[in-house]
Amino acid sequence: MEYLLHILILIGIYVILSVSLNLIAGHTGLLSIAHAAFYGVGGYVAALMALKFNSPFLVNIVCAIVLSGLLGALVGIPSLRIRDDYFVIATFAFQVIAFSVLNNWVSFTGGPMGLPGIPQPTIFGLQVSSQLGFLVLVGVFCALTLWVIHRIVRSPFGRVLKAIREDEVFAQAAGKNVAAYKVLVFVIGAGMAAVAGVMYAHYISFIDPTSFTVMESIFILSIVIIGGAGSLWGPVVGAVVLVVLPELLRFVGLPSSVAANVRQIIYGGLLVAFMMWRPRGFLGEYAFQGKEARE
Amino acid sequence: MSEAILKVTGLSKSFDGVRALSDLSCDLCRGEILGLIGPNGAGKTTLFNVVTGFIAPEGGKVSLKSTDITGLAPHRLANRGIARTFQDLRLIRQLSALDNALLSFRDQPGERLGNVFFRARRGREHERQNRQEAIRLLEDAGIAEKADDPAEDLSYGQQKLLSLVCCLAARAEVVLLDEPVAGIAPEMKEKILGMIRDLRDNGKSVVLIEHDLDAVMQTCDRVVFMDAGAKVSEGTPQEVRNDPKVIEAYID
Ligand SMILES: Nc1ncnc2c1ncn2[C@@H]1O[C@H](COP(=O)(O)OP(=O)(O)OP(=O)(O)O)[C@@H](O)[C@H]1O
Ligand SMILES: [Mg+2]
Repeated sequence: MEYLLHILILIGIYVILSVSLNLIAGHTGLLSIAHAAFYGVGGYVAALMALKFNSPFLVNIVCAIVLSGLLGALVGIPSLRIRDDYFVIATFAFQVIAFSVLNNWVSFTGGPMGLPGIPQPTIFGLQVSSQLGFLVLVGVFCALTLWVIHRIVRSPFGRVLKAIREDEVFAQAAGKNVAAYKVLVFVIGAGMAAVAGVMYAHYISFIDPTSFTVMESIFILSIVIIGGAGSLWGPVVGAVVLVVLPELLRFVGLPSSVAANVRQIIYGGLLVAFMMWRPRGFLGEYAFQGKEARE
Repeated sequence: MSEAILKVTGLSKSFDGVRALSDLSCDLCRGEILGLIGPNGAGKTTLFNVVTGFIAPEGGKVSLKSTDITGLAPHRLANRGIARTFQDLRLIRQLSALDNALLSFRDQPGERLGNVFFRARRGREHERQNRQEAIRLLEDAGIAEKADDPAEDLSYGQQKLLSLVCCLAARAEVVLLDEPVAGIAPEMKEKILGMIRDLRDNGKSVVLIEHDLDAVMQTCDRVVFMDAGAKVSEGTPQEVRNDPKVIEAYID
């Protein structure tokens, strides 16, 4: 039971991460591998605030969203000048920088040792101490994220995002301030990823930089691609599949040292297979290919 | 002659030594259809790209209703009342024809993030009106039955009609059309030319780039002939057609 709840909580966290990355990459077409950095910013803000000021959970969340959102704007800005492949590299650079800050600013972040002892969250005087409580909490934020994204993509605002993804020149000629939309989308996506980070920090009660690496960014992107970029439910499906699949390995009885490697191979293999045979993922409407390939 | 709504003076632009525009000056009068003709590579599309902000000129000035608009960003110019079509037919191919038209309305409350959550009613009301208007425009263009199909599923001619519908949805005062009837079947061509005349009759000002001289002669009020980035001849369609310099250029 405990194990099942744990898996469900993880799925919830990855749903928030992948749905928010989907807004950036799937709906707007800005391929980014910086999402784990925003996730980490959320986790560290929550951890530091809880540990240093014992501040309430909701305050931590707000601060994490704001800081991560600001960084999101910072990452979004290069997308105005550089495009496609080069932009991916820019997000990669940001991800690497974020990781090294977390890893090397020992006095503040604890460096590789991480931050242990993050307290359980208290919301309106209610302490969330059981796993079930956590599941409810994550579920609420998941639902909230999905609702916000749903509202955005179904609105005329979301229609502009699709136009930007498919043809920026058309969008500009139709009077859309493409730059502002791109930055805004990064702010929203980064803010949501931070929420996932806050959840994670409070749930595991310990964080270290290894949870927020480039590999993690790529894992989140894989969820989006395999689930289906540009669809609302695609990343939800992707999160379930990619979180549950490696867990099945445990039941096969592989020793854990082997399982870790097999896991990477499965992710890699799945990603390649989907890219080749089903580039739109399970439910997607958008395939990451060069513009030329789609025309 | 009535006043100029759009005015370009002394525009120049070159690409790797090729002079696409060289000291070009030209006016568009309110309520006229101005034909822009010239051989391939004359710089016609480049002129559109400069006027709509996609390319910065190396020299010269663009003004709209006597306001200097040189170098403004494309979306700002679009919002100031300039709409255009593209020679290579740009549409959002995956979105429905209706959505393409809806995208083209300017200044939509629903496109502002705050209104998505906080003043959703206003956004929805606007969207409803735009939708009605867009459907009316698609009906007038004769492609209403394709409203829900992805734009890429429309025939080439229908896509050209749709891009014209997008200009109408923009409610722009100045409409720049880059070869709207190139490669189109005759009856569809008449339809499009008719819509362009309607635009003018509704007080809009139109620039029409077109290689089809018959279409230009029967539609335009005035014609500019350009070659190698410069204006060679200007006048009524008849005058330009009979200009020896033009005849010479076309015989080459
Ligand atoms: N973005 C660009 N980069 C490089 N060269 C360009 C670019 N745009 C136009 N040119 C060049 O500038 C010149 C003018 O091109 P332009 O497209 O304006 O001609 P045009 O009059 O529209 O011709 P056509 O009738 O074939 O459409 C051509 O020599 C063209 O190759
Ligand atoms: Mg051209």
